Amino acid sequence: MKVLALDSSGLVASVALVEDDNLLGEYTINYKKTHSQTLLPMLDEVAGMVELDLNSIDVIAVSAGPGSFTGLRIGSATAKGMALALNKPIVSVPTVDALAYNLWGSSEVICPLMDARRQQTYTGLYEFQGEEFTVIEPQCVVMIQDIIEKINSLGRKVIFLGDGVVVFKEYIEENCKVPFSFAPAHQNKQRASSVAVLGMELCRQGKAQPAAEHKPDYLRASQAERERQENQKDFRIC
Amino acid sequence: MNQEIKILAIESSCDETAAAVVVNGRDVRSNVISSQIDLHTLYGGVVPEIASRKHIEKIDQVIEQALSDADMTLKDIDAIGVTYGPGLVGALLVGVAEAKAISYAAGIPLIGVHHIEGHISANYIENKELEPPFLCLVVSGGHTHLVKVTDYGKYEILGKTRDDAAGEAFDKVARAIGLGYPGGPKIEKVSHEGNPEAISFPRAKVADGVYDFSFSGLKSAVLNYLNGCKMKDIPINQADVAASFQKSVTDVLVDHAAHAIDEYHMDSFAIAGGVASNGTIRKAMEEMCRKKGVKFYHPSPILCTDNAAMIGAAAYYDYLAGKRAGLDLNAIPNLKLGE
Repeated sequence: MKVLALDSSGLVASVALVEDDNLLGEYTINYKKTHSQTLLPMLDEVAGMVELDLNSIDVIAVSAGPGSFTGLRIGSATAKGMALALNKPIVSVPTVDALAYNLWGSSEVICPLMDARRQQTYTGLYEFQGEEFTVIEPQCVVMIQDIIEKINSLGRKVIFLGDGVVVFKEYIEENCKVPFSFAPAHQNKQRASSVAVLGMELCRQGKAQPAAEHKPDYLRASQAERERQENQKDFRIC
Repeated sequence: MNQEIKILAIESSCDETAAAVVVNGRDVRSNVISSQIDLHTLYGGVVPEIASRKHIEKIDQVIEQALSDADMTLKDIDAIGVTYGPGLVGALLVGVAEAKAISYAAGIPLIGVHHIEGHISANYIENKELEPPFLCLVVSGGHTHLVKVTDYGKYEILGKTRDDAAGEAFDKVARAIGLGYPGGPKIEKVSHEGNPEAISFPRAKVADGVYDFSFSGLKSAVLNYLNGCKMKDIPINQADVAASFQKSVTDVLVDHAAHAIDEYHMDSFAIAGGVASNGTIRKAMEEMCRKKGVKFYHPSPILCTDNAAMIGAAAYYDYLAGKRAGLDLNAIPNLKLGE
């Protein structure tokens, strides 16, 4: 199975091409330039280097959220446009799950942390039981204290990764009661190769979908919707 | 030209997800519009994040529908045109990223189209004889531009709004008199029952720009009038306020257009944009043009509001001019006409 994977959910823009057990090419940039301008040229570069025939791709995997709303849509629209033109399916890969997959085989509990602003984090808890990837806590948006409490209650060694680490490091060091560590630079941010490999696994589970049906999973309503819901709640109280 | 140039056009600059197939710039083979208006009505206006979310959900269906309505596949398409500005950045980015990906994967040239250029070009679709040079007034929820179209793809902006767009003023006044969103059609409808001479609202002139517009003063005048009535306990006649407001906007638009026609000695005048579907404004323009012996053009209402057919029309002339966009094409929310 040949998978083209895209991740533009955060600061990182990443593109990878994986065929079965081979990573054919990967291009990851962690720089401020807009994904809208970088993602497709990066893909073009990788495709050119490995002389990729786009029609030979079996599925397009995309990091489908949570993350930057606009970033997610750039990835999704790129995937949907490619899939429409090539008549290929899309597999939506949960962003936090894919981050956890960077640490394949870890014996510790894996806790990706993405900065969700407003003291919140997009996070989840995962472990590998042998080769089996297990979700302890599915990806969610919570306050940092909630996830640290959960980790403390598990009472096991934990490894943190993601762009939320710099934001929450101080809090973790003060409040995390179990032994913890932080993943190193080559594993601690979004990588499209992880999206590809996990995407392949999801395809085997029959989770690929027609491109037209794919949409990002933001895990958070828009501000206008949240405020409207709040107002309606207030109204009911009155 | 014997050869048929088929363009797939994509538009997502505001709250309509749209795709169309247009042949040689004037022959619309399909025109699909997925409107989100009901969704935004809940909030009294377009919510950018909600619009962007809807675009990404709908875009593939809309494009596939446009191709199938035209009885074509991507293999038949010679170029893809996409709106890359001006507009809501998050909304624009969906169309731009999608169009680039299709262009790249299918090996079809890509053309970035200016949204206003699209509105102007909507006039080419139903008026096969219309050719530059002509004058065009673009009036919509986001734009009020008086433009001299010197040639295909070549524009000289004579004037634009200094504050609110005409359509924005319609929305704000509609909200103030309790008509709700979208303001344009609602004000037009209720105005039929009102007296346009009932209240004398100002006709704003901009001192240092003879063709520039200003509608925020008019909006304030309406709000002041409403407050005054409230304070004095005078009942408000919604239809009279609407009709008088609409008359004031119409007079300013007609006055500017007439002035430009005289100064630039144009024999053709066109209107475009969502507000151009307002029957009262259209009739007033038509009357003014008739008196001056100038040919008057206007698109059908479906081509006035945001659509992709107009983007396909504009893209065709850009295509002939050799304009092509790269894989790094970005959305530019405040893109200027002629850049």
